[in-house]
Amino acid sequence: MTTLELATFGVYLVGSVSFVLALKFLASPRTARTGNLLGAAGMALVVGWTVFTAPGLLANWWVLAVGGLIGSVIGVVGARRVPMTAMPQMVAIFNGAGGGAAAVVAVSEFLTATAEGGAGTALLPTIPMIATLLGAVIGSVSLTGSVVAFGKLQGFIAPRPVTYPGSRVVAGLLLAALLVMAVALAFVTNNTTLFLVFVALALVAGVLIVMPIGGADMPVVISLLNSYTGIAVAATGFVLGNYALLIAGTLVGASGAILTQLMCRAMNRSLLNVLFGAFGTGGGTMVAGEGGEQTVRTINAEDAAVLMAYGKSVIIVPGYGMAVAQAQTPVRELMDLLIARGVDVQFAIHPVAGRMPGHMNVLLAEANVPYERLKEMDEINDDFAKTDVALVIGANDVTNPAARTDTTSPIYGMPILNVDHAQHVIVLKRSMAAGFAGIDNPLYADPKTAMLFGDAKDTVEDLVSGVKAA
Amino acid sequence: MTEALDPRALVDALFILVLTAFVGYEVVSKVPTMLHTPLMSGANAVHGVIVVGAIIVTATADSPLQLGLGLLGVILGTVNVVGGFVVTDRMLEMFRGRRDDRASGGKASGRKASGGKP
Repeated sequence: MTTLELATFGVYLVGSVSFVLALKFLASPRTARTGNLLGAAGMALVVGWTVFTAPGLLANWWVLAVGGLIGSVIGVVGARRVPMTAMPQMVAIFNGAGGGAAAVVAVSEFLTATAEGGAGTALLPTIPMIATLLGAVIGSVSLTGSVVAFGKLQGFIAPRPVTYPGSRVVAGLLLAALLVMAVALAFVTNNTTLFLVFVALALVAGVLIVMPIGGADMPVVISLLNSYTGIAVAATGFVLGNYALLIAGTLVGASGAILTQLMCRAMNRSLLNVLFGAFGTGGGTMVAGEGGEQTVRTINAEDAAVLMAYGKSVIIVPGYGMAVAQAQTPVRELMDLLIARGVDVQFAIHPVAGRMPGHMNVLLAEANVPYERLKEMDEINDDFAKTDVALVIGANDVTNPAARTDTTSPIYGMPILNVDHAQHVIVLKRSMAAGFAGIDNPLYADPKTAMLFGDAKDTVEDLVSGVKAA
Repeated sequence: MTEALDPRALVDALFILVLTAFVGYEVVSKVPTMLHTPLMSGANAVHGVIVVGAIIVTATADSPLQLGLGLLGVILGTVNVVGGFVVTDRMLEMFRGRRDDRASGGKASGRKASGGKP
Protein backbone atom coordinates (compact mmCIF):
# COMPACT_ATOMS: atom_id res chain seq x y z
CA MET A 1 0.00 0.00 0.00
CA THR A 2 1.43 3.36 -0.98
CA THR A 3 1.53 6.39 1.29
CA LEU A 4 -1.12 8.03 -0.86
CA GLU A 5 -3.49 5.07 -0.49
CA LEU A 6 -2.86 5.05 3.26
CA ALA A 7 -3.63 8.77 3.48
CA THR A 8 -6.82 8.21 1.47
CA PHE A 9 -7.96 5.59 3.98
CA GLY A 10 -7.22 8.08 6.78
CA VAL A 11 -9.29 10.79 5.09
CA TYR A 12 -12.17 8.37 4.50
CA LEU A 13 -12.03 7.27 8.13
CA VAL A 14 -12.24 10.87 9.36
CA GLY A 15 -15.07 11.51 6.89
CA SER A 16 -17.00 8.42 8.00
CA VAL A 17 -16.71 9.37 11.67
CA SER A 18 -17.98 12.85 10.84
CA PHE A 19 -21.03 11.33 9.07
CA VAL A 20 -21.87 9.15 12.07
CA LEU A 21 -21.44 12.10 14.46
CA ALA A 22 -23.53 14.31 12.16
CA LEU A 23 -26.48 11.91 12.38
CA LYS A 24 -25.95 11.54 16.13
CA PHE A 25 -25.84 15.31 16.73
CA LEU A 26 -28.99 15.74 14.63
CA ALA A 27 -30.78 13.87 17.41
CA SER A 28 -30.84 16.88 19.72
CA PRO A 29 -31.98 20.46 19.00
CA ARG A 30 -28.95 21.81 20.89
CA THR A 31 -26.39 20.08 18.69
CA ALA A 32 -28.32 19.57 15.44
CA ARG A 33 -26.84 22.49 13.55
CA THR A 34 -23.31 21.65 14.66
CA GLY A 35 -23.96 18.11 13.47
CA ASN A 36 -24.98 19.27 10.04
CA LEU A 37 -21.93 21.54 9.74
CA LEU A 38 -19.70 18.70 10.91
CA GLY A 39 -21.17 16.43 8.23
CA ALA A 40 -20.62 19.13 5.61
CA ALA A 41 -17.00 19.62 6.75
CA GLY A 42 -16.34 15.87 6.59
CA MET A 43 -17.92 15.77 3.15
CA ALA A 44 -15.80 18.69 1.94
CA LEU A 45 -12.68 16.90 3.15
CA VAL A 46 -13.58 13.62 1.44
CA VAL A 47 -14.66 15.25 -1.83
CA GLY A 48 -11.71 17.66 -1.88
CA TRP A 49 -9.22 14.87 -1.22
CA THR A 50 -10.75 12.77 -4.00
CA VAL A 51 -10.55 15.63 -6.50
CA PHE A 52 -6.88 16.29 -5.81
CA THR A 53 -5.74 12.68 -5.70
CA ALA A 54 -7.90 11.15 -8.45
CA PRO A 55 -5.92 9.48 -11.23
CA GLY A 56 -6.10 11.16 -14.63
CA LEU A 57 -7.31 14.34 -13.01
CA LEU A 58 -5.38 16.66 -15.29
CA ALA A 59 -7.00 15.31 -18.44
CA ASN A 60 -10.61 15.66 -17.30
CA TRP A 61 -10.44 18.44 -14.73
CA TRP A 62 -12.80 20.62 -16.75
CA VAL A 63 -15.59 18.06 -16.43
CA LEU A 64 -15.31 18.21 -12.64
CA ALA A 65 -15.12 22.02 -12.67
CA VAL A 66 -18.13 22.47 -14.97
CA GLY A 67 -20.19 19.75 -13.28
CA GLY A 68 -19.33 20.96 -9.80
CA LEU A 69 -20.17 24.54 -10.67
CA ILE A 70 -23.53 23.71 -12.28
CA GLY A 71 -24.45 21.34 -9.44
CA SER A 72 -23.48 23.85 -6.73
CA VAL A 73 -25.45 26.67 -8.30
CA ILE A 74 -28.56 24.49 -8.65
CA GLY A 75 -28.15 23.16 -5.10
CA VAL A 76 -27.57 26.49 -3.37
CA VAL A 77 -30.20 28.44 -5.31
CA GLY A 78 -32.78 25.67 -4.88
CA ALA A 79 -32.11 25.25 -1.17
CA ARG A 80 -32.05 29.01 -0.46
CA ARG A 81 -35.04 30.05 -2.56
CA VAL A 82 -37.47 27.31 -1.62
CA PRO A 83 -40.31 28.48 0.67
CA MET A 84 -40.61 26.62 3.99
CA THR A 85 -43.78 24.88 2.83
CA ALA A 86 -41.94 23.29 -0.08
CA MET A 87 -39.10 21.75 1.95
CA PRO A 88 -40.36 18.16 1.57
CA GLN A 89 -40.38 18.47 -2.24
CA MET A 90 -36.89 19.90 -2.11
CA VAL A 91 -35.60 16.96 -0.08
CA ALA A 92 -37.30 14.67 -2.60
CA ILE A 93 -35.62 16.27 -5.59
CA PHE A 94 -32.17 16.34 -3.95
CA ASN A 95 -32.64 12.68 -3.09
CA GLY A 96 -33.61 11.95 -6.68
CA ALA A 97 -30.41 13.66 -7.85
CA GLY A 98 -28.39 11.41 -5.55
CA GLY A 99 -30.18 8.31 -6.82
CA GLY A 100 -29.60 9.42 -10.40
CA ALA A 101 -25.90 9.96 -9.70
CA ALA A 102 -25.61 6.45 -8.21
CA ALA A 103 -27.34 4.98 -11.28
CA VAL A 104 -25.05 6.93 -13.63
CA VAL A 105 -21.93 5.72 -11.81
CA ALA A 106 -23.18 2.12 -11.94
CA VAL A 107 -23.96 2.40 -15.68
CA SER A 108 -20.56 3.91 -16.36
CA GLU A 109 -18.84 1.12 -14.39
CA PHE A 110 -20.76 -1.53 -16.36
CA LEU A 111 -19.83 0.01 -19.70
CA THR A 112 -16.17 0.36 -18.70
CA ALA A 113 -15.95 -3.19 -17.38
CA THR A 114 -17.63 -4.78 -20.43
CA ALA A 115 -15.45 -2.74 -22.81
CA GLU A 116 -12.31 -3.92 -20.98
CA GLY A 117 -13.44 -7.53 -20.78
CA GLY A 118 -13.98 -7.72 -24.57
CA ALA A 119 -17.71 -8.10 -25.19
CA GLY A 120 -19.11 -11.60 -24.94
CA THR A 121 -15.85 -13.47 -24.34
CA ALA A 122 -16.06 -14.11 -20.60
CA LEU A 123 -18.51 -13.24 -17.88
CA LEU A 124 -17.49 -10.52 -15.47
CA PRO A 125 -17.08 -11.57 -11.81
CA THR A 126 -20.50 -12.25 -10.30
CA ILE A 127 -20.39 -10.39 -6.99
CA PRO A 128 -19.24 -6.98 -8.32
CA MET A 129 -21.73 -7.45 -11.17
CA ILE A 130 -24.60 -8.00 -8.72
CA ALA A 131 -23.54 -4.87 -6.82
CA THR A 132 -23.44 -2.91 -10.10
CA LEU A 133 -26.93 -4.11 -11.03
CA LEU A 134 -28.22 -3.21 -7.54
CA GLY A 135 -26.74 0.28 -7.77
CA ALA A 136 -28.23 0.80 -11.23
CA VAL A 137 -31.71 -0.52 -10.44
CA ILE A 138 -32.15 1.07 -7.00
CA GLY A 139 -30.61 4.37 -8.07
CA SER A 140 -32.95 4.52 -11.10
CA VAL A 141 -36.04 3.71 -9.02
CA SER A 142 -35.01 6.38 -6.51
CA LEU A 143 -34.51 8.94 -9.30
CA THR A 144 -37.89 8.61 -11.03
CA GLY A 145 -39.76 7.81 -7.80
CA SER A 146 -38.44 11.02 -6.22
CA VAL A 147 -39.39 13.05 -9.29
CA VAL A 148 -42.96 11.70 -9.10
CA ALA A 149 -43.06 12.40 -5.33
CA PHE A 150 -41.85 15.95 -6.07
CA GLY A 151 -44.53 16.34 -8.75
CA LYS A 152 -47.28 15.14 -6.43
CA LEU A 153 -46.30 17.50 -3.62
CA GLN A 154 -45.75 20.41 -6.00
CA GLY A 155 -49.04 19.75 -7.77
CA PHE A 156 -47.65 18.93 -11.24
CA ILE A 157 -49.08 15.45 -10.85
CA ALA A 158 -52.45 14.66 -9.26
CA PRO A 159 -51.74 14.00 -5.58
CA ARG A 160 -54.49 11.37 -5.51
CA PRO A 161 -53.46 7.75 -5.90
CA VAL A 162 -53.36 6.99 -9.62
CA THR A 163 -54.49 3.43 -10.27
CA TYR A 164 -56.07 1.64 -13.20
CA PRO A 165 -57.47 -1.87 -13.55
CA GLY A 166 -54.64 -4.35 -13.53
CA SER A 167 -52.07 -1.79 -12.39
CA ARG A 168 -50.76 -4.20 -9.79
CA VAL A 169 -50.41 -6.94 -12.37
CA VAL A 170 -48.38 -4.62 -14.60
CA ALA A 171 -46.17 -3.60 -11.67
CA GLY A 172 -45.74 -7.25 -10.67
CA LEU A 173 -44.78 -8.27 -14.21
CA LEU A 174 -42.32 -5.40 -14.40
CA LEU A 175 -40.63 -6.41 -11.15
CA ALA A 176 -40.49 -10.03 -12.32
CA ALA A 177 -38.92 -8.92 -15.62
CA LEU A 178 -36.33 -6.88 -13.73
CA LEU A 179 -35.46 -9.88 -11.58
CA VAL A 180 -35.11 -12.20 -14.58
CA MET A 181 -32.94 -9.69 -16.43
CA ALA A 182 -30.77 -9.17 -13.34
CA VAL A 183 -30.19 -12.93 -13.03
CA ALA A 184 -29.41 -13.14 -16.75
CA LEU A 185 -26.94 -10.24 -16.57
CA ALA A 186 -25.19 -11.65 -13.52
CA PHE A 187 -24.92 -15.30 -14.60
CA VAL A 188 -25.55 -15.65 -18.35
CA THR A 189 -24.52 -12.67 -20.42
CA ASN A 190 -23.02 -9.20 -20.02
CA ASN A 191 -24.93 -7.90 -23.04
CA THR A 192 -24.90 -4.09 -23.06
CA THR A 193 -28.30 -3.70 -24.76
CA LEU A 194 -29.94 -5.96 -22.19
CA PHE A 195 -28.35 -3.89 -19.43
CA LEU A 196 -29.65 -0.62 -20.89
CA VAL A 197 -33.17 -2.08 -21.22
CA PHE A 198 -32.83 -3.21 -17.59
CA VAL A 199 -32.02 0.36 -16.50
CA ALA A 200 -34.85 1.80 -18.61
CA LEU A 201 -37.34 -0.60 -17.01
CA ALA A 202 -36.04 0.36 -13.56
CA LEU A 203 -36.76 4.00 -14.38
CA VAL A 204 -40.32 3.04 -15.35
CA ALA A 205 -40.64 0.97 -12.16
CA GLY A 206 -39.86 4.04 -10.02
CA VAL A 207 -42.81 5.86 -11.62
CA LEU A 208 -45.16 2.87 -11.27
CA ILE A 209 -44.25 2.36 -7.62
CA VAL A 210 -44.99 5.94 -6.55
CA MET A 211 -47.96 6.85 -8.81
CA PRO A 212 -50.53 4.72 -6.90
CA ILE A 213 -49.54 6.28 -3.56
CA GLY A 214 -51.55 9.25 -2.28
CA GLY A 215 -50.01 12.64 -1.59
CA ALA A 216 -50.58 12.30 2.16
CA ASP A 217 -48.17 9.36 2.26
CA MET A 218 -45.39 11.15 0.34
CA PRO A 219 -43.25 11.83 3.46
CA VAL A 220 -43.01 8.10 4.06
CA VAL A 221 -42.22 7.53 0.38
CA ILE A 222 -39.50 10.20 0.38
CA SER A 223 -37.98 8.67 3.49
CA LEU A 224 -38.06 5.23 1.86
CA LEU A 225 -36.50 6.52 -1.37
CA ASN A 226 -33.86 8.29 0.73
CA SER A 227 -33.02 4.91 2.22
CA TYR A 228 -32.97 3.39 -1.30
CA THR A 229 -30.47 5.98 -2.51
CA GLY A 230 -28.29 5.12 0.48
CA ILE A 231 -28.35 1.45 -0.53
CA ALA A 232 -27.59 2.34 -4.17
CA VAL A 233 -24.62 4.44 -3.01
CA ALA A 234 -23.39 1.60 -0.81
CA ALA A 235 -23.66 -0.79 -3.77
CA THR A 236 -21.58 1.48 -6.01
CA GLY A 237 -19.09 1.85 -3.16
CA PHE A 238 -18.84 -1.94 -3.16
CA VAL A 239 -18.18 -1.94 -6.90
CA LEU A 240 -15.56 0.79 -6.72
CA GLY A 241 -14.01 -0.64 -3.56
CA ASN A 242 -14.52 2.78 -2.01
CA TYR A 243 -15.09 2.75 1.76
CA ALA A 244 -16.40 6.33 1.96
CA LEU A 245 -19.29 5.45 -0.36
CA LEU A 246 -19.81 2.10 1.31
CA ILE A 247 -20.02 3.49 4.85
CA ALA A 248 -22.01 6.66 4.10
CA GLY A 249 -24.43 4.75 1.87
CA THR A 250 -25.02 1.96 4.37
CA LEU A 251 -25.44 4.47 7.18
CA VAL A 252 -28.17 6.32 5.27
CA GLY A 253 -29.73 3.09 4.01
CA ALA A 254 -30.12 1.76 7.56
CA SER A 255 -31.14 5.01 9.25
CA GLY A 256 -33.56 5.83 6.43
CA ALA A 257 -35.21 2.44 6.83
CA ILE A 258 -35.68 3.00 10.58
CA LEU A 259 -37.00 6.52 10.02
CA THR A 260 -39.51 5.16 7.50
CA GLN A 261 -40.65 2.61 10.07
CA LEU A 262 -41.04 5.33 12.73
CA MET A 263 -43.19 7.39 10.35
CA CYS A 264 -45.41 4.43 9.51
CA ARG A 265 -45.82 3.66 13.20
CA ALA A 266 -46.91 7.25 13.83
CA MET A 267 -49.77 6.68 11.37
CA ASN A 268 -50.46 3.21 12.76
CA ARG A 269 -50.03 1.67 9.33
CA SER A 270 -47.62 -0.82 7.91
CA LEU A 271 -45.18 0.03 5.15
CA LEU A 272 -46.93 -2.50 2.88
CA ASN A 273 -50.22 -0.71 3.46
CA VAL A 274 -48.62 2.62 2.54
CA LEU A 275 -47.09 1.22 -0.65
CA PHE A 276 -49.99 -0.86 -1.88
CA GLY A 277 -53.02 0.53 -0.04
CA ALA A 278 -53.84 3.22 -2.66
CA PHE A 279 -54.80 5.25 0.38
CA GLY A 280 -57.33 8.00 -0.18
CA THR A 281 -59.26 6.68 -3.16
CA GLY A 282 -62.34 7.22 -1.04
CA GLY A 283 -63.74 3.74 -1.61
CA GLY A 284 -66.82 3.38 0.59
CA THR A 285 -66.61 6.89 1.99
CA MET A 286 -67.76 10.25 0.76
CA VAL A 287 -65.41 11.96 -1.64
CA ALA A 288 -64.16 15.53 -1.53
CA GLY A 289 -66.65 18.23 -2.36
CA GLU A 290 -69.63 15.95 -1.95
CA GLY A 291 -69.90 16.51 1.77
CA GLY A 292 -73.02 18.62 1.20
CA GLU A 293 -75.02 16.34 3.49
CA GLN A 294 -73.12 17.66 6.46
CA THR A 295 -74.58 20.72 8.13
CA VAL A 296 -71.93 22.86 9.73
CA ARG A 297 -72.07 25.85 12.03
CA THR A 298 -70.01 28.90 11.11
CA ILE A 299 -68.65 31.61 13.39
CA ASN A 300 -67.12 35.02 12.70
CA ALA A 301 -63.64 36.05 13.80
CA GLU A 302 -64.84 38.46 16.51
CA ASP A 303 -66.92 35.82 18.29
CA ALA A 304 -64.14 33.26 17.99
CA ALA A 305 -61.65 35.75 19.44
CA VAL A 306 -63.94 36.48 22.41
CA LEU A 307 -64.37 32.77 23.05
CA MET A 308 -60.60 32.35 23.32
CA ALA A 309 -59.83 35.62 25.13
CA TYR A 310 -62.22 34.78 27.95
CA GLY A 311 -61.33 31.12 28.17
CA LYS A 312 -58.86 29.61 30.61
CA SER A 313 -57.04 27.36 28.19
CA VAL A 314 -56.57 27.10 24.45
CA ILE A 315 -54.91 24.34 22.46
CA ILE A 316 -53.81 25.28 18.96
CA VAL A 317 -53.70 22.44 16.42
CA PRO A 318 -51.61 23.47 13.40
CA GLY A 319 -51.70 21.63 10.09
CA TYR A 320 -50.64 21.95 6.50
CA GLY A 321 -53.12 24.82 5.97
CA MET A 322 -51.07 26.95 8.36
CA ALA A 323 -47.93 26.15 6.39
CA VAL A 324 -49.52 26.99 3.03
CA ALA A 325 -50.89 30.31 4.26
CA GLN A 326 -47.59 31.12 6.06
CA ALA A 327 -49.73 31.92 9.11
CA GLN A 328 -47.13 30.97 11.73
CA THR A 329 -46.15 34.56 12.60
CA PRO A 330 -49.69 35.82 13.27
CA VAL A 331 -50.29 32.56 15.17
CA ARG A 332 -47.35 33.42 17.43
CA GLU A 333 -48.81 36.89 17.90
CA LEU A 334 -52.17 35.41 18.84
CA MET A 335 -50.38 33.18 21.35
CA ASP A 336 -48.55 36.17 22.90
CA LEU A 337 -51.80 38.17 23.25
CA LEU A 338 -53.66 35.26 24.84
CA ILE A 339 -50.82 34.52 27.26
CA ALA A 340 -50.72 38.21 28.23
CA ARG A 341 -54.40 37.87 29.18
CA GLY A 342 -53.63 34.88 31.37
CA VAL A 343 -54.90 32.21 28.98
CA ASP A 344 -52.94 28.96 28.97
CA VAL A 345 -51.87 28.31 25.38
CA GLN A 346 -50.37 25.06 24.11
CA PHE A 347 -49.74 23.62 20.66
CA ALA A 348 -50.70 20.04 19.86
CA ILE A 349 -48.40 18.58 17.23
CA HIS A 350 -49.53 15.41 15.53
CA PRO A 351 -46.58 13.27 14.39
CA VAL A 352 -47.66 13.54 10.75
CA ALA A 353 -49.14 17.05 10.77
CA GLY A 354 -48.11 18.95 7.66
CA ARG A 355 -46.28 17.03 5.01
CA MET A 356 -43.44 15.64 7.10
CA PRO A 357 -42.79 14.79 10.72
CA GLY A 358 -41.43 17.88 12.41
CA HIS A 359 -42.82 20.18 9.67
CA MET A 360 -44.93 22.12 12.19
CA ASN A 361 -42.08 22.33 14.70
CA VAL A 362 -39.83 23.90 12.10
CA LEU A 363 -42.42 26.49 11.08
CA LEU A 364 -43.39 27.43 14.63
CA ALA A 365 -39.75 27.64 15.68
CA GLU A 366 -39.25 30.01 12.75
CA ALA A 367 -42.00 32.19 14.23
CA ASN A 368 -40.34 32.10 17.70
CA VAL A 369 -42.88 29.91 19.47
CA PRO A 370 -41.02 28.40 22.49
CA TYR A 371 -40.28 24.66 22.34
CA GLU A 372 -41.98 23.99 25.65
CA ARG A 373 -45.36 25.05 24.30
CA LEU A 374 -45.19 22.47 21.52
CA LYS A 375 -46.62 19.22 22.84
CA GLU A 376 -46.53 15.88 21.10
CA MET A 377 -49.73 13.92 20.66
CA ASP A 378 -49.34 11.43 23.53
CA GLU A 379 -48.35 14.20 25.89
CA ILE A 380 -51.35 16.44 25.25
CA ASN A 381 -54.20 14.19 24.14
CA ASP A 382 -55.69 13.89 27.66
CA ASP A 383 -55.64 17.68 28.09
CA PHE A 384 -58.26 18.33 25.39
CA ALA A 385 -61.08 17.28 27.75
CA LYS A 386 -59.99 20.03 30.18
CA THR A 387 -59.57 22.66 27.48
CA ASP A 388 -62.02 25.47 26.71
CA VAL A 389 -61.14 26.02 23.07
CA ALA A 390 -59.34 23.86 20.53
CA LEU A 391 -58.27 26.03 17.61
CA VAL A 392 -57.62 23.91 14.52
CA ILE A 393 -55.61 25.83 11.91
CA GLY A 394 -55.60 24.05 8.58
CA ALA A 395 -55.35 20.55 10.02
CA ASN A 396 -57.87 17.95 8.89
CA ASP A 397 -57.12 14.23 8.76
CA VAL A 398 -55.16 14.22 12.03
CA THR A 399 -58.29 15.46 13.84
CA ASN A 400 -60.77 13.12 12.16
CA PRO A 401 -62.73 11.17 14.80
CA ALA A 402 -63.71 8.64 12.13
CA ALA A 403 -60.23 7.18 12.61
CA ARG A 404 -61.37 6.08 16.08
CA THR A 405 -64.80 4.64 15.34
CA ASP A 406 -65.53 4.12 11.65
CA THR A 407 -64.03 0.80 10.60
CA THR A 408 -64.82 1.54 6.93
CA SER A 409 -62.74 4.73 6.97
CA PRO A 410 -59.39 4.44 5.19
CA ILE A 411 -57.69 6.12 8.15
CA TYR A 412 -59.36 3.84 10.71
CA GLY A 413 -56.86 3.05 13.46
CA MET A 414 -54.61 6.06 12.88
CA PRO A 415 -53.96 7.80 16.21
CA ILE A 416 -55.59 11.23 16.14
CA LEU A 417 -55.63 14.33 18.31
CA ASN A 418 -58.70 14.30 20.62
CA VAL A 419 -59.83 17.70 19.41
CA ASP A 420 -63.49 16.70 19.70
CA HIS A 421 -63.09 16.30 23.49
CA ALA A 422 -62.60 20.06 24.00
CA GLN A 423 -65.48 22.30 25.17
CA HIS A 424 -65.43 24.30 21.94
CA VAL A 425 -63.77 23.57 18.65
CA ILE A 426 -62.99 26.32 16.16
CA VAL A 427 -61.82 25.09 12.78
CA LEU A 428 -59.99 27.47 10.44
CA LYS A 429 -60.33 26.19 6.93
CA ARG A 430 -60.33 27.53 3.40
CA SER A 431 -63.40 25.59 2.29
CA MET A 432 -65.32 22.41 2.98
CA ALA A 433 -62.96 20.47 0.70
CA ALA A 434 -61.69 17.20 2.12
CA GLY A 435 -58.19 16.86 3.49
CA PHE A 436 -55.17 15.46 1.71
CA ALA A 437 -56.32 11.92 2.35
CA GLY A 438 -59.51 12.77 0.43
CA ILE A 439 -62.02 11.79 3.10
CA ASP A 440 -64.76 13.64 5.03
CA ASN A 441 -64.29 14.76 8.60
CA PRO A 442 -67.32 14.26 10.94
CA LEU A 443 -65.67 16.68 13.40
CA TYR A 444 -67.11 19.55 11.33
CA ALA A 445 -70.67 18.35 11.85
CA ASP A 446 -70.18 18.10 15.63
CA PRO A 447 -72.49 20.60 17.41
CA LYS A 448 -69.49 21.81 19.48
CA THR A 449 -67.63 22.74 16.32
CA ALA A 450 -67.75 26.13 14.62
CA MET A 451 -66.17 26.71 11.24
CA LEU A 452 -64.26 29.89 10.39
CA PHE A 453 -63.70 29.93 6.64
CA GLY A 454 -60.96 31.84 4.86
CA ASP A 455 -57.22 32.00 4.26
CA ALA A 456 -55.52 30.95 7.50
CA LYS A 457 -53.22 33.98 7.61
CA ASP A 458 -56.02 36.53 7.11
CA THR A 459 -58.27 34.72 9.56
CA VAL A 460 -55.63 34.52 12.28
CA GLU A 461 -54.86 38.23 11.78
CA ASP A 462 -58.59 38.91 12.27
CA LEU A 463 -58.46 36.81 15.44
CA VAL A 464 -55.48 38.85 16.65
CA SER A 465 -57.36 42.14 16.24
CA GLY A 466 -60.43 40.51 17.79
CA VAL A 467 -58.48 39.50 20.91
CA LYS A 468 -56.96 42.99 21.12
CA ALA A 469 -60.43 44.51 21.09
CA ALA A 470 -61.95 42.01 23.50
CA MET B 1 -14.42 -3.16 -10.82
CA THR B 2 -10.94 -4.57 -10.27
CA GLU B 3 -10.52 -3.30 -6.72
CA ALA B 4 -13.41 -5.41 -5.47
CA LEU B 5 -12.13 -8.62 -7.05
CA ASP B 6 -9.85 -9.64 -4.21
CA PRO B 7 -11.84 -12.03 -1.92
CA ARG B 8 -10.23 -10.50 1.15
CA ALA B 9 -11.42 -7.02 0.08
CA LEU B 10 -14.94 -8.39 -0.44
CA VAL B 11 -15.00 -9.85 3.08
CA ASP B 12 -13.72 -6.58 4.53
CA ALA B 13 -16.40 -4.65 2.67
CA LEU B 14 -19.09 -7.03 3.90
CA PHE B 15 -17.95 -6.57 7.52
CA ILE B 16 -18.06 -2.80 7.14
CA LEU B 17 -21.50 -2.99 5.53
CA VAL B 18 -23.07 -5.07 8.30
CA LEU B 19 -21.53 -3.17 11.21
CA THR B 20 -22.36 0.22 9.67
CA ALA B 21 -25.98 -0.86 9.26
CA PHE B 22 -26.14 -1.42 13.02
CA VAL B 23 -24.56 1.98 13.67
CA GLY B 24 -27.18 3.61 11.43
CA TYR B 25 -29.95 1.83 13.30
CA GLU B 26 -28.64 2.82 16.75
CA VAL B 27 -28.01 6.45 15.87
CA VAL B 28 -31.48 7.07 14.46
CA SER B 29 -33.66 5.19 16.92
CA LYS B 30 -33.14 7.96 19.50
CA VAL B 31 -34.18 11.00 17.46
CA PRO B 32 -37.22 13.02 18.70
CA THR B 33 -40.11 13.44 16.23
CA MET B 34 -39.62 17.16 15.75
CA LEU B 35 -36.16 16.56 14.32
CA HIS B 36 -37.25 13.88 11.85
CA THR B 37 -37.45 16.30 8.92
CA PRO B 38 -33.98 17.80 9.47
CA LEU B 39 -32.62 14.31 10.09
CA MET B 40 -34.05 12.98 6.84
CA SER B 41 -32.62 15.97 5.05
CA GLY B 42 -29.24 15.55 6.76
CA ALA B 43 -29.09 11.86 5.87
CA ASN B 44 -30.05 12.85 2.33
CA ALA B 45 -27.03 15.15 2.21
CA VAL B 46 -24.74 12.41 3.52
CA HIS B 47 -25.54 10.07 0.64
CA GLY B 48 -24.47 12.92 -1.63
CA VAL B 49 -21.03 11.37 -1.09
CA ILE B 50 -21.91 9.57 -4.34
CA VAL B 51 -20.26 12.59 -5.99
CA VAL B 52 -16.96 10.95 -4.97
CA GLY B 53 -17.92 7.94 -7.10
CA ALA B 54 -18.79 10.25 -9.98
CA ILE B 55 -15.42 12.00 -9.65
CA ILE B 56 -13.53 8.69 -9.72
CA VAL B 57 -15.48 7.53 -12.78
CA THR B 58 -14.85 10.86 -14.53
CA ALA B 59 -11.14 10.85 -13.71
CA THR B 60 -10.59 7.55 -15.49
CA ALA B 61 -12.98 8.26 -18.39
CA ASP B 62 -11.49 8.27 -21.90
CA SER B 63 -14.45 8.10 -24.30
CA PRO B 64 -16.95 10.93 -24.94
CA LEU B 65 -19.77 8.70 -23.62
CA GLN B 66 -17.95 8.09 -20.34
CA LEU B 67 -17.13 11.78 -20.03
CA GLY B 68 -20.78 12.64 -20.62
CA LEU B 69 -21.92 10.15 -17.98
CA GLY B 70 -19.24 11.48 -15.63
CA LEU B 71 -20.42 15.05 -16.13
CA LEU B 72 -24.03 14.03 -15.48
CA GLY B 73 -22.99 12.11 -12.36
CA VAL B 74 -20.93 15.02 -11.02
CA ILE B 75 -23.80 17.49 -11.59
CA LEU B 76 -26.41 15.26 -9.95
CA GLY B 77 -24.12 14.33 -7.06
CA THR B 78 -23.16 17.95 -6.41
CA VAL B 79 -26.82 19.01 -6.42
CA ASN B 80 -27.50 16.30 -3.83
CA VAL B 81 -24.61 17.12 -1.53
CA VAL B 82 -24.63 20.93 -1.74
CA GLY B 83 -28.41 21.34 -1.78
CA GLY B 84 -28.80 18.74 0.97
CA PHE B 85 -26.49 20.40 3.48
CA VAL B 86 -27.73 23.93 2.70
CA VAL B 87 -31.41 23.04 3.02
CA THR B 88 -30.76 21.17 6.28
CA ASP B 89 -28.87 24.14 7.66
CA ARG B 90 -31.78 26.38 6.72
CA MET B 91 -34.21 24.18 8.64
CA LEU B 92 -31.95 24.06 11.69
CA GLU B 93 -31.24 27.78 11.58
CA MET B 94 -34.77 28.30 12.81
CA PHE B 95 -34.31 26.12 15.83
CA ARG B 96 -31.13 27.94 16.74
CA GLY B 97 -32.67 31.37 16.19
CA ARG B 98 -35.14 30.47 18.88
CA ARG B 99 -32.44 29.59 21.40
CA ASP B 100 -30.39 32.73 20.78
CA ASP B 101 -33.44 34.86 21.37
CA ARG B 102 -33.98 33.34 24.77
CA ALA B 103 -30.35 33.83 25.70
CA SER B 104 -30.08 37.48 24.62
CA GLY B 105 -33.41 39.22 25.06
CA GLY B 106 -32.48 42.35 23.11
CA LYS B 107 -32.59 40.86 19.66
CA ALA B 108 -35.79 38.96 20.36
CA SER B 109 -37.78 41.96 21.57
CA GLY B 110 -36.59 43.90 18.55
CA ARG B 111 -37.93 41.24 16.26
CA LYS B 112 -41.15 40.86 18.18
CA ALA B 113 -41.84 44.59 18.04
CA SER B 114 -41.82 44.47 14.26
CA GLY B 115 -44.30 41.61 14.53
CA GLY B 116 -47.11 44.10 15.13
CA LYS B 117 -47.33 45.06 18.82
CA PRO B 118 -49.71 48.02 19.37
